[in-house]
Amino acid sequence: MYIIIQSVITGILLGGLYAVIGVGMSLVFGIMRLTNIAHGDLMILASYFTMLFAMEIVGNVFLALLITIVLMLILSFLIQTFLVNRVIDKGPEPSLLVMFGVSIIIRNALILIFGANNRTIPNPLSTTNILNSPNISISGGYLVNFIVGVAVVLVLMFIIQKTYFGMSIRATASNRMGAELLGVNTKRIFAYTLCLAVATASIAGLLIGQTFVFYPSTGPQYLITAFGVVVIGGMGSLGGTLVGGILLGLVQLLSAHFFGTGWQTIAGYVFMLVILTIRPQGIFAKARR
Amino acid sequence: MAILSVSGLAISFGSNHVLKSVNFELNETEVLGVIGPNGAGKTVMLNILTGLLKPTAGSIVYMGADITGKSLYDRGRMGFGRTFQIPRPFEKLTAYENVMVGGIFGDGLSEKAAGSKASEILELIGLYPKAGVFAGKLGLLDRKRLEIGVALASNPKILLFDEVAGGLTESEVVEILNIVLKLKADGVSFIWIEHVLKTMLEGTDRVMCLAQGRDVVCGLPAEVLASKEVSEVYLGADEDE
Repeated sequence: MYIIIQSVITGILLGGLYAVIGVGMSLVFGIMRLTNIAHGDLMILASYFTMLFAMEIVGNVFLALLITIVLMLILSFLIQTFLVNRVIDKGPEPSLLVMFGVSIIIRNALILIFGANNRTIPNPLSTTNILNSPNISISGGYLVNFIVGVAVVLVLMFIIQKTYFGMSIRATASNRMGAELLGVNTKRIFAYTLCLAVATASIAGLLIGQTFVFYPSTGPQYLITAFGVVVIGGMGSLGGTLVGGILLGLVQLLSAHFFGTGWQTIAGYVFMLVILTIRPQGIFAKARR
Repeated sequence: MAILSVSGLAISFGSNHVLKSVNFELNETEVLGVIGPNGAGKTVMLNILTGLLKPTAGSIVYMGADITGKSLYDRGRMGFGRTFQIPRPFEKLTAYENVMVGGIFGDGLSEKAAGSKASEILELIGLYPKAGVFAGKLGLLDRKRLEIGVALASNPKILLFDEVAGGLTESEVVEILNIVLKLKADGVSFIWIEHVLKTMLEGTDRVMCLAQGRDVVCGLPAEVLASKEVSEVYLGADEDE
């Protein structure tokens, strides 16, 4: 009995991390209709940056994250302005391919610079248990991931729903031509959107780096997690990613409990396929024509 | 004085020559009605004027500058506003926010100024009670009103109307006519495509008839509607006669 409760708690906490992994991808898809294949690699790039700054240069994880976010914002602004915006009017495929190219470049640049070894960002909390009873324990690292994940999604929702900047993003998403005619520079808005998404990916990169080991080719693995979260929660629905992340975490941990840890990953994908079959638009997104 | 002058405007989609040669001038604070049978190219002409389509030939001169190659965004900034035949407001924004977008981006207002202007405009178009409703949930008339409101908020010098009165009742049409009159007094010029002839007779200064990609006749509304050319166009009389 306690073991099931333990699985549920860990699943929910893991779900918070999954949400922050997926939310940037959901945002980019919701606003630009672009499937950002480089999402996972951008995340891992941020992991490497944060590791480099934290361990070699500034010695402080928070400062390192701040510098990483600034660098990643500049990088994503450049990617959107000089690569994606050039082709975005030509339909969905060219920008998909551009992002595929970005993904390959990042992965190989990381191998070139950092080598293929496993890395991790040291985190004193990952070995500390917040709650440590004989039956149930809660890992400090997982709890922090969950809190940060939920906070990131909520802040992002606030920016999109309540600020004037968010209003221009929503206007662009709902009728790009109309927004353009009213004097909204929609390509600039797209660049800001990718920046927002990559900022969340940078935070996710730090959390992943502190929780698991990473190496240059881990990006696609988290891309698939992000896909899972977004498909379950609903493409473009930010609140949905929170629910999608938690559901995915629960399914993985509970299947590990009932069928053995070998089933953990595959159960997640099966769940994703089931959702795709019965509700293709995801749980929280509205169906599109 | 002409605020907009269009000459030799033509566009072809492959071998389909939708506009062959359209010429007209729009004077300041003038309401120019555009009529014509289906397929005459009225909406296509509006799309070219807005910058959605690039003409294959011809030029558009706006306040003395050639704007034929300018983008949608540039024209929006220069004072073009437009409504669509099928209204397409920002569905995930409330009516109030829709108008705000027009004010902040189209007119470069501060958020506070855009807010009070948005309230004024919603009052004018009669949508104030529904300010908080998402545009996607509004009915057809309200959507049409909202589109006018959004275009208004961008402080346009030229408004392009594509069948704003279509599908509205007589009293609703009168409301729209009143809005047009008021804006005209504020210095806005209009190009107004419409099938509802009452609006053309009462609301416009001049009417132009488009047919087969050309401006067939242009002049005072009553004269144009009664003209031989217009009845030929609408009754499909043989051109050789």
